[in-house]
Parts: sequence; structure tokens; C-alpha cells
Amino acid sequence: MSEALVAAEIPEASASGISGARQFWRRLRAQRAALVAAAVVALLVLAALAAPLLTAIEGQDPTTYHPSLVDSARGGVPIGSFGGIGADHWLGVEPQTGRDLFARLVYGARVSLGVALGATAVQVFLGVVVGIATALGNRWVDQLLSRISDIIVAMPLMIMALALLAIVPGSFPRPVLVALIIGFVAWGTIAKITRAATLTLKELDYVAAARLSGWSTLRIARRELLPGLAAPVITYAALMVPVNIGIEASLSFLGVGVKPPTPSWGQMLTSANVWYQAAPQYLLLPAGALFVTVLALTVLGDGVRTALDPRAASRLRVGTGRKGEAKA
Amino acid sequence: MTGFPGFALRRAVGAIVTLLAISVIVYVVFYATPGNVAQITCGPRCSPEQVHQVAQQLKLDDPLYLRYWHFLQGIVVGQDYSTGTSVEHCSAPCLGLSYQSDQQVMQIILGKLPVSLSLVLGAMVLWLLLGVGTGVLSAWRRGRLTERALTGVTLAGVATPSFVIGLVLMIVVCGQLELLPFPEYVSFSDDPEQWMWNLLLPWLTLALGEAAYFARLTRASMLETLAEDHIRTFRAYGVGERSIVGRHALRGALAPIIALNANDVGAMVGGAVLTETLFGLPGIGQELVHAVNVVDLPVVVGMVLVIGFFVVFANAVADVLYAVADRRVVLT
Repeated sequence: MSEALVAAEIPEASASGISGARQFWRRLRAQRAALVAAAVVALLVLAALAAPLLTAIEGQDPTTYHPSLVDSARGGVPIGSFGGIGADHWLGVEPQTGRDLFARLVYGARVSLGVALGATAVQVFLGVVVGIATALGNRWVDQLLSRISDIIVAMPLMIMALALLAIVPGSFPRPVLVALIIGFVAWGTIAKITRAATLTLKELDYVAAARLSGWSTLRIARRELLPGLAAPVITYAALMVPVNIGIEASLSFLGVGVKPPTPSWGQMLTSANVWYQAAPQYLLLPAGALFVTVLALTVLGDGVRTALDPRAASRLRVGTGRKGEAKA
Repeated sequence: MTGFPGFALRRAVGAIVTLLAISVIVYVVFYATPGNVAQITCGPRCSPEQVHQVAQQLKLDDPLYLRYWHFLQGIVVGQDYSTGTSVEHCSAPCLGLSYQSDQQVMQIILGKLPVSLSLVLGAMVLWLLLGVGTGVLSAWRRGRLTERALTGVTLAGVATPSFVIGLVLMIVVCGQLELLPFPEYVSFSDDPEQWMWNLLLPWLTLALGEAAYFARLTRASMLETLAEDHIRTFRAYGVGERSIVGRHALRGALAPIIALNANDVGAMVGGAVLTETLFGLPGIGQELVHAVNVVDLPVVVGMVLVIGFFVVFANAVADVLYAVADRRVVLT
């Protein structure tokens, strides 16, 4: 769905490639929205990493049932105001089971971010390797690999993920499997971007110089091409992370992604679906967490793109009469 | 052949090749899996005799490439299945039998297709109106408060997963305000009015998230066109701003909008899984989730192929329309 648009907004490889990490940070810092988003993302990552610590401070864990905290006479609604929020349970407890919601939310953040980052890493690795091989190989390799990338792009992602999840035995660790599958079905666009960028780069003088001095193709790819590919690839990867989070949540929402008892936001939404009247916070927490995470990552991704390709932003600002605000 | 007809023809051939490749991958992935394929295909409640019969019908003793060839033949010319006592004919395009539900896969899919098409095509009208409208408005009011507000709203739209939008819509509109009953699919031929009212929320759910992408795309392409030289010439000739934005800049955005739209409509026919599941619409997506959960292999394979067909077909149409809408495209 979003891939076409994302790909359309990718900066082209420029001769200078990434023009210095310092310049990148300066440009990123100049964007207030991106900065706020980066702070939010950093907080989320911290919370996910420190999940065991945070829940230990709270004195809870994500899987223990607390039947005494729910009112079985009323179908399992949490006892107390706002779904049982209190000093012991910072965000209340889950209806019916009484499991601690704060613990499930922060452990859910681990799943969400971990799966999304893992999937993105797989996509980047496969896409870059195939993309470079396509661009450097001979005609036949190019044709073959290009067609394969086309096919991967044409495969309905959600459908393939759904179908593949059905045939892998349940003993395989589920979050790893979800990350691998999302990664394996959605690397086509990044391969296309890498191929296009490599084709531009390999005509440049410094690459020709490296070839003339007898460097092997592998060494040229690693030392001369990869730095130049960083800008387009990082841009696309940054925009893919939130997309991957959405996919994981969707798969888990459908009940084929991460399986209980591992907490996941998508899965929480499925079970919260029927509780919205009796325990609205049970629904609002995972929905809000998803919204904030995806929003922050999207804004950050936009910021990264602007910082790596300032021309894109200034192009869009032409004629607004507010050049002072042109983000560059 | 050269020029436009040749381009369209080459694109069609390319689409068919892509589809064939997808069918090979899907077939190999699902039928060459470790484990007893006949048992999985037949379902957990099958007796050993039934499993044996399925193994014979699937010709599991043949090598994989022969079985694939057989499967392909079924799609092109149809196939006969002996069900022990009688012979059942599955006419082309035959995607095989679902042993678990005792139906032909094609029949199952055809039964679900009207629901998915109702959902996607209706939503498409909404997302084009909302998305392109918002995009044009932001390009026209660029640099003002309106644009900033719209940019914020569309960003929120992009960031919210569609099932969260749907969930919130359903809870607020049906649960709290009780403006609409909880959706329940009514076919168009039975009662067009009820069909529309019941699909309203699913349409909105699908359209809101999608409209945000279209708004971003429209705005970006229009602003890019507005920066081009020929627009400056129009301005110099005294063409009004309304005409410049509404006619000339919008034309520049048309090609990418068409491309993205065709692409998404194709992907949505099967990809609206979440919306269908959320609202209990008996469409293709929901059937696929069901088939995945009970591991009904023939249905899974058939569905992936049919959905792949829609995606590939839509992409080919998009390429052709793109070339028609934007004469600058080099036909290769």
C-alpha cells in the first residue's frame, strides 16, 4: 500500500553520498518535529529495553493472573476506578484475567519494536545484497534478479505473510518468525532502489579508479559503493520501520502473528475489542501506544529524509513565500 | 511493434510471466513443505482412506514439477476429480478442491468476490474524493494555517493502522452514539439501501487511512509541478491562481495518483483482510484468514493466486494508464 509512495519519495543517490554525519545531525536538529519524534522514539526504545526493570519497580510481571482483582460477578470487569489503576497496577489490570496492563504494554513494546527492527534489518540486508548484485552483474544476472524483485513487489504482502505463518510449525519462536516473514516478503522495493542508486554510482570516477587499480568486485562494493548507498537506503529503511510495526500489529490482531502468552499490542486490541464499554482503558492503551509509536517513527523518518536530501524539502517549499522556513 | 499498442502488449505479456512465476513460488512453497501434504490438505478429521484418496487426486507420487503442470492444466482446461463413487468436473479455471469444506476453490472465491469488490470499489470513491480533495486544498492554501492543519491530520491518518480507525469508528458510531447498527453484510441485489448503510463504516475505515496517502502524494506532486517553468509562464500571462492550481498543477499530479490508485485497488481486493475481519464482512480476506487458521492448503494457494492476479493486473493497468496520462513517459 504505502510502498509505492515511500519509494517515490526516496532521494536519488548523489555523487557525494552521505555528506558527513555531522551535517546530517545539524539538518536533523533543525527540524523541531523530528526532534520531538526522536525523543519519543528514544523513550519508547528505553522503555522496551528496560521492561524487566520497570515492571520490577512496579512489582508486577506481564503473565501472572490476578483473579482477585476482577469482579467475576460482572463478567470479569476490573475492580476499582479506571480499570483498577492504583499504586500496585499503574495502568490497571486486564479484564477477566487481572494481568497487569503496564507490564503487558511495555513488554508489548519490546515485541513491536523488536519485530519491526528485525524485519527492517532483513529487508535492508536482502534488498542491498540483491540490488548491488543486480547492478554489478552481467545482463542475465540483472534481468533475472530484476524480475525476481518485480515478483516480490507484486506479491500481496499481507496475504503471503498470512499464508506463510500458517505452514510453519508452532514450535518456532513466533516473534522471530514474524520478523523473518515480514522481511522476506517485502525487500523488493529496497532492491530496486539499491539497483538504481548503484547504477548511478558505478559510473563515477572514483569507482572506475578502484576498478582500474585491480580491486575485486566485492571490495569495490563494500568500500566504494556501500557508503554512497547509505543515504537512499537509510531513508527508505527509516520509513519502513513504522510500516513494519503496523504489519506486525495487524498480523497479531488477526491472531496469526505473535501468539499468547507473549504480549503484543495487536493481540491486546483483539481481546480488548469486546471490552470497550466495561473497560475502555484496556482498548485505549494499546491503540494509543500504536498510534504514538507509528506517528513518532513516521515523523522521524520524514525528518531523516529531509536531512539526507534537503533538495526534496526545498523543492516542495518553492513559491510559498516563506523561504525562511525552508527546511535545509 | 512500436508505440502505444506494442507497449500495452509487452506489458500484458510481462504480467502473465509474473503471474506464472508467482504461481510457481506459491505452489512450491505450499506443496513442497515438510509433513504429510495429503493429511494437511484433507484436514485433521479425515479418515486414512480419505487421506489416501486425496493423495491419489493430488498425484503425490509424481515429482513436483509434474504435479505443478497438472495444477496449471486445471487452471487452463479444467479437471475431473473422482470422489470415490462419482466423478466431479471442475471446469476451467479450476483451482482445485477444498477437501475440508467439500467445495471447489473457485466457487468459494467467486462467492466471496462481490463482498470484497463492494468494499474496495466503494472505499475507492471515498479515498479519491477525500485524499485528492485534501491534497488540492493543501497545495492551494500552501504556507497557510489550512495547509498546516491538513498536513497534521493526514500525518495522523498515515500513522493510525486501519483496524484501529475501524475499531474506534465502530465503537463511537455504533456503540456510543448508536447512529448506525453494527454492520452486517447485505448484498446489493437484495437491498441496495441496506447494502450502502451497512458498508458505510467499512468504506470509511478503509478510505480514511488510504486518503491520507493520496493527500500526501497529491500535495507533493502538485507543489513540484507548481515550481516548474511552464507554471511561471502561465502566471506571466496572467492566468488566475485558481486555474493554475485546479487545472495545470492538478494535471501534473494525475499520473502518480492513477498509478498509486490502480496499485492499491489491486492490493486491497485481498488486502482488506483487517477491515473485513473487523466488521465481519464475508469477503476474500476473511475467507483467507479462515483458510490459514484451519490450514486449508488448496484454498490458501488458490486465494494467493487470485489476489496475485488482481495485483499484477492492476499494476499493468496502472502502467498503461500512467503512459496515457503522462505523455512524457518513455515507452519501453
